[in-house]
Amino acid sequence: MPLDEIKIGGMGASRRRVEDNRFIRGKGNYVDDIVLPDMLHMEILRSPVAHARIKSIDVSKAWDTPGVRLVLTGEMMAARNLAWMPTLSYDTQAVLATDKVRFQGQEVCAVIADDPYIAKDACAKIVVEYEILPAIVNPLQAADPASVLIRDDKENQPGNKVFDWEIGDKAGTDKAFAAADKISKIELHYPRTHPSPLECCGSIADYDRATGKLTVYMTSQAPHIVRAAVALVAELPEHQIRIVSPDIGGGFGNKVPIYPGYVISILASILTEKPVKWIEDKTGNLISTGFGRDVYLKGELALRKDGRILGVRMNTVSDHGAFFSDAQPSKFKIGLMHSAFACYDIPVAHMMSTGYYTNKAPGGVAYRCSFRVTEAMFFQERMVQAAADDLGMDQAEFRRINFVKDDEFPHRTAFGFLTDSGQYGKCLDIGLEAIGYKNFAKEKAEAASRGRLLGIGISTMTEPLGAGNSREYDILGIKMFDSAELRVHMSGKALLRTGAKSQGQGHETTWAQIVTHELGIPAEDIVVEEGDTDTAPFGMGTYASRSTPVAGAAVAMVARKIRAKARKIAAHLLEVSEEDIEWELGRFYVRSNQDRGVTIQECAMAAYSNMPDGMEPGLENNAYYDPPNLTWPFACYIAKVEIDPETGVWDVLQFVAVDDCGVRINPMIVEGQIMGGLTEAYAMANMQYITYDEEGNCIGANYMDFLLPTAWETPGFELYEVVTPCPHHPIGAKGVGECATVGGPAAFVNAVMDALKDKGVRNIDMPLMPNRVYEALTTGNDVYGMPPVRVGN
Amino acid sequence: MTSLYEEISTPPAGDVPVRRVTINVNGQARTVDVEPRLLLAHLIRQGLKLTGTHTGCDTTNCGACTVLFDGRPIKSCTMFAVQADGHKVETVESLASASELHPIQEGFKEKHGLQCGFCTPGMMMAAKALLERNLNPTEDEIRWAISGNLCRCTGYQNIVKAILWAAEKMRAESK
Ligand code: FES
Ligand code: FES
Repeated sequence: MPLDEIKIGGMGASRRRVEDNRFIRGKGNYVDDIVLPDMLHMEILRSPVAHARIKSIDVSKAWDTPGVRLVLTGEMMAARNLAWMPTLSYDTQAVLATDKVRFQGQEVCAVIADDPYIAKDACAKIVVEYEILPAIVNPLQAADPASVLIRDDKENQPGNKVFDWEIGDKAGTDKAFAAADKISKIELHYPRTHPSPLECCGSIADYDRATGKLTVYMTSQAPHIVRAAVALVAELPEHQIRIVSPDIGGGFGNKVPIYPGYVISILASILTEKPVKWIEDKTGNLISTGFGRDVYLKGELALRKDGRILGVRMNTVSDHGAFFSDAQPSKFKIGLMHSAFACYDIPVAHMMSTGYYTNKAPGGVAYRCSFRVTEAMFFQERMVQAAADDLGMDQAEFRRINFVKDDEFPHRTAFGFLTDSGQYGKCLDIGLEAIGYKNFAKEKAEAASRGRLLGIGISTMTEPLGAGNSREYDILGIKMFDSAELRVHMSGKALLRTGAKSQGQGHETTWAQIVTHELGIPAEDIVVEEGDTDTAPFGMGTYASRSTPVAGAAVAMVARKIRAKARKIAAHLLEVSEEDIEWELGRFYVRSNQDRGVTIQECAMAAYSNMPDGMEPGLENNAYYDPPNLTWPFACYIAKVEIDPETGVWDVLQFVAVDDCGVRINPMIVEGQIMGGLTEAYAMANMQYITYDEEGNCIGANYMDFLLPTAWETPGFELYEVVTPCPHHPIGAKGVGECATVGGPAAFVNAVMDALKDKGVRNIDMPLMPNRVYEALTTGNDVYGMPPVRVGN
Repeated sequence: MTSLYEEISTPPAGDVPVRRVTINVNGQARTVDVEPRLLLAHLIRQGLKLTGTHTGCDTTNCGACTVLFDGRPIKSCTMFAVQADGHKVETVESLASASELHPIQEGFKEKHGLQCGFCTPGMMMAAKALLERNLNPTEDEIRWAISGNLCRCTGYQNIVKAILWAAEKMRAESK
């Protein structure tokens, strides 16, 4: 009897998670749980102002505090050439400020003491004298040639512009617009927000002078990149650096960059020769670490009467804060914004992008997204909705006629990406059926009779995951591949290590399932380890939904290498030639006699005890996987909302999610990812944003201003699945972690706009807080920009 | 100085004011000298080395630090250790017995009620407080009871299912 793959925890099994066993017992091992002997504690003094010249810093009182071991200033860092560090986007970022502070919350001093309370006390005793400069809090101000120069530390930086970037066919697009029956235009802002994992960032640096070895336990989604960067910045030999990412309390992109706190804790450990722990507080996390979004768009669609889109124009202006520290592939200045419109068959497109420095926190991380695809898909779906309305066409029909059809793959998008597979129309049909689209007019009329406004919002999109192929994708020159290493022990139990790093995605569970699928070893016999650069193979880490597309593929490939060797061993054990052997899950057998066979476990034993003559003993291997292309999951999200016109409050009556992420390794975990992602989408549409007042004070510096939805507000989600396997991925998977966060926001916003359609309102920028909806309803005007700082009108 | 002295005989250092408190933690009386400003969450984590209780925000917003205080769920980052003198504190470490998981723990695993696990201990303690006074909660009652606990990963739907699962099991067991 062949093995039952689901029973042994293979692909497709909703296997319960291995990591839960420690988490539900309170036995997780997060960075703040780690205590090393003689460990010191570090606290960072941050700038209270957004833009100022530092006139003087007096740290004497801090030094005098009993229990203080070290006080670090920018000047002391500069003496060691560590006052500035490179960012992941070829810019520089201050570690501790020397000349100026450039955003509120910037790191100014650090105190290292016996106890965190003492370190905090001592920080409060540091006196810094600032000469206040005007603060620039949006790109419009930054672009003004008369405005103050933020990055006067840089040579050849005449203004506040970070980059100009352009892609697509300008002349062709102009022609398409000239030939259009109608041009639909919309201006949008995707507000600044923050990934805000529940656990903040932190590190424990432990430098051992005797051995010269530096060990850093830290909250990193990409420990190997950190190792490479530390080797460069701190000029330490790479083989003497060990980065360990223990359990991580959520990442969502926030834990990809290298933050000043990590670097300072490393120097502090080198200087004190003791382990130094730094644990950021929530305000520190929200005001200084990688934010997401903050992009303005002018978008235009050239339309034909019958509803076909003839061309796309996008013009983006983005706010990067004080340092250009976006974590993204180096070739693409505004990430993969040009993945917009990939699910639509559009002949031609053109995009211009400009980025600016402002006196705001640096970042622009991929917040649960593959490098700006969240903005791309939001802009796309808002433009599509506006165009359908402008043409007076049904929003679902408009999408359907512009979709790339199932038989048109591979498809080259207007911006040049190659998509490979999908069933877009089918996903839309399932979604419309589930939401009751046909009966909606009746429902809407019924609600109107109760004085309520109903709306349906659709968001359909395919987004690029799995960066990348190494021809096009690198970070700081390091190509974006990934890796896996598999050791099968004598008894057929196995140890798997990858270069990815789970932050809640459940790799310890799912990676084993891939091995089970390839080798038939029961999942419970496989241990998965990640996050320790001394033991894990080199990998680029986990973000941008790239783990399943890249590391997951490496897992399948290394298991196949193991199987190839086991086949040779099986031939030897069965005394037949390799060609006469067949494989079924977990077992090789002789083609002519199915009863004569050996299990993978028997092969493993023989690899250590009875290998064929001339064969290298053992059963272990590794694989580095460089994907041939990106993967392209598709999603259709549909929201039905009801607005109370007396208050502007809107409720989600129903939400339908149809996801096609290819083959699902563990359906339970996939669904968990989708529900979590939709909740973040709901948060951004509704309440979760960061803004700044005119002086550059951050509004959104704690969970009283920066709102995360609780169980009470969060709506329920209905999930549906379609499976179109990825043609180039070894197990047909496409990745899913971010789809819902990327595609979700437009569904909510489109639904509210649909409800307001008759009121003459075309756009309310996120967050759609009740007061903004109410304002639009009562005035009939659009609501543009962020509360409370309005830009543009 | 905020050092903690587990040994009653250890003298406090220097001129820092300390107070001796006795707290019943997970059924065991613990006597410690603490600086009056020390937060209960920090005593639990650093002093008593019960690191299952997490701190996410330090500002009473996230609920990762939720423990039971005389049976009621409280946010331990918002209480001083000295306020717990003479009281009973239960942390996530008290849920499982040596051989058996608590039904709430089983429910969270069974229904995929956690991802990164950071909110989970606080979430489970809030759930325990609910189920101790209401073994037959509605979905709304559950959502309300855990509305002081943020989860950034799951979207709550599976947490609600996990608690319903636990309630059902506990009802069956109590029959
Ligand atoms: S740490 Fe106590 S509520 Fe967040
Ligand atoms: S599981 Fe990550 S915060 Fe809840």
